[in-house]
Amino acid sequence: MTQPVHQMLYELLKQATGFIYPNEIEVHWGILVVVYPYLTGLVAGAFILASLVKVFNVKEVQSVYRLALLTALSFLLIAPLPLLLHLGHPERSFEIFLTPNFTSAMAMFGFVYAWYLMVVLLLEIWFTYRKDIILWSKNESFTMRWIHKILSLFSTDISEKATLFDKKMVKAITIIGIPSAFLLHGYVGFIFGSIKANPWWSSVLMPIVFLFSAIVSGIALVILIYMVVTPSRKQKIDMACLDKMASYLFYAVIIDFSLEFLDFIHRLYESEESIKILSDLVVNKLFISLGIIQILLGMLLPLGIMVVIKLFRVDAELRKLLYFVSAILIQLGIFATRWNVVVGGQMFSKSFRGLTAYKMELTGIEGLLMTLVLLVLPFIVLTILIKILPPWEHAPVSDLEAVSD
Amino acid sequence: MDRRKFGTKFFTLVASSTFIGAWLKKATAQSSGYDPSKHYYGMGIQINKCIGCGRCADACKDENNVPKEPFFFRTWVERYLIKKDGDVTVQNIDKRINNTSENVTEKDILRSFFVPKLCNQCDNPPCVQVCPVGATFKTEDGVIIVDEDRCIGCRYCIQACPYGARYLHPENQTADKCTFCYHRITKDLLPACVEVCPTQARIFGDLRSSTSPLGRFKRLNKLHVLKPFLNTEPKVSYSDLDGEVR
Repeated sequence: MTQPVHQMLYELLKQATGFIYPNEIEVHWGILVVVYPYLTGLVAGAFILASLVKVFNVKEVQSVYRLALLTALSFLLIAPLPLLLHLGHPERSFEIFLTPNFTSAMAMFGFVYAWYLMVVLLLEIWFTYRKDIILWSKNESFTMRWIHKILSLFSTDISEKATLFDKKMVKAITIIGIPSAFLLHGYVGFIFGSIKANPWWSSVLMPIVFLFSAIVSGIALVILIYMVVTPSRKQKIDMACLDKMASYLFYAVIIDFSLEFLDFIHRLYESEESIKILSDLVVNKLFISLGIIQILLGMLLPLGIMVVIKLFRVDAELRKLLYFVSAILIQLGIFATRWNVVVGGQMFSKSFRGLTAYKMELTGIEGLLMTLVLLVLPFIVLTILIKILPPWEHAPVSDLEAVSD
Repeated sequence: MDRRKFGTKFFTLVASSTFIGAWLKKATAQSSGYDPSKHYYGMGIQINKCIGCGRCADACKDENNVPKEPFFFRTWVERYLIKKDGDVTVQNIDKRINNTSENVTEKDILRSFFVPKLCNQCDNPPCVQVCPVGATFKTEDGVIIVDEDRCIGCRYCIQACPYGARYLHPENQTADKCTFCYHRITKDLLPACVEVCPTQARIFGDLRSSTSPLGRFKRLNKLHVLKPFLNTEPKVSYSDLDGEVR
């Protein structure tokens, strides 16, 4: 059962050390706010991976292009849910759209999100699938036929000219899409990076660090989904595709690691008045989640594994296993990154004289179970999306000719 | 009554009631005699006068329906002990949340003092900047307040406040903070904390007036604000402020 706030706070008070302002005992942004940037990161990363295919014409990754797009969409649909659940007054959340405060980074959330969802992702998926949907709907059962007809917005033109236009549109949207994906996750970083009162957050590097960790987590997610879904369809994993994705992952992790290291060195070298309390925070409160999980397990170990794969000839079966393990470790690491930023940034007092504590509930809206539900939900959405828009089935060319005749 | 007549009557009624409503509102506003454009409020705190009795914090809780639990404060008092070896111990004078068990003997103390804290009513308030729906805003007379009917409880303002002056009201689920007792000052009364202070450590008034007690306080003291480097431009200023206070 959830306890009354003050009872919980009395318990937390026992764990606080040093002096903290009296209103600071409660950690306001809990696990749900950790989940939010984690989910949006996956969206941005998956989309950027998909974009590589279209913009840079990377043939190897072609087979996961549609899967990556659907992954991005399913995570994007669920991502605002944790924020909504976290609000004290969720019923007023629409006010953000009706009377936004334009100086607030959080108010811009709705606009960036709507832009990304409506203009980028949905349009790109629509143009990508349009021809196939029309052809699928020709010989399907009643329900699926109507679902597809509605999804195609009752368009029927599959002439060569029309499909060529679709292709052009996809390319154009991808080109707008990449900076939009950067914007989507950059702004999440900005929400934290612009809080000047908090030295753990306030950094111009924050949006960029968020962005690269997003790319890392998104690519790792698509690798994981691809490696689980392909065998379950009794298909062989395309090793050229997997190697290429792993290669991107490797470079993205290196950039992400360098950026975080740069941020760390910069803080240490500037060493402002907050440095003492931040060292205390890292050594006492975040040692396991930052030192062990984020850096050691989530970054250095997968990097090491991938270096080994690059240096030595590792046969395909072992390579698959190693990629799978690395991708899981990276997910763990990026989740820890979000945790360390969000919760870590609230564990020290703004008086810089003490540390507070965070205790996650098991049940309740802000609890562990709810978090697990929120993390599983996108996969359920993805399963439904895959059923409706199978990413690996293209309408056969013969059908196309038959219809256009 | 035919439909046309009903329509005409209905619209006349709506129009006239709107007009009367607006007129009444204007009339009551005038009758209260309060004109926000004629004021710009601030507070002065004389550290040397504060005896740490905590009556200000109690009065504030009573006046403003602040939960009695010790995790919710619109104003509070900190006690600083600076030892001869340079160590600084800070405590809250509310015994329930004073978690430092350290015993400092009198001969070890170099100096000690009390510091009342409250919302600094910044001229450049980060909380107003970040509020996604504009629920927290600055009034014409310079007071930062929260519209609790609009606040969505996202707590972004709590994160943005460098002074720990905001909390989430556990019943309303909205952000709450010191309002300089806005309901009192617009009736020409002093904020509750100022009124009960036995030593007049807190001085409230109009920042533009040079003849008021606040004007005199500003004239006769060297003043400091908290965390000036953040450029929040607090309208609460302290005299005799120690460098250790943040």
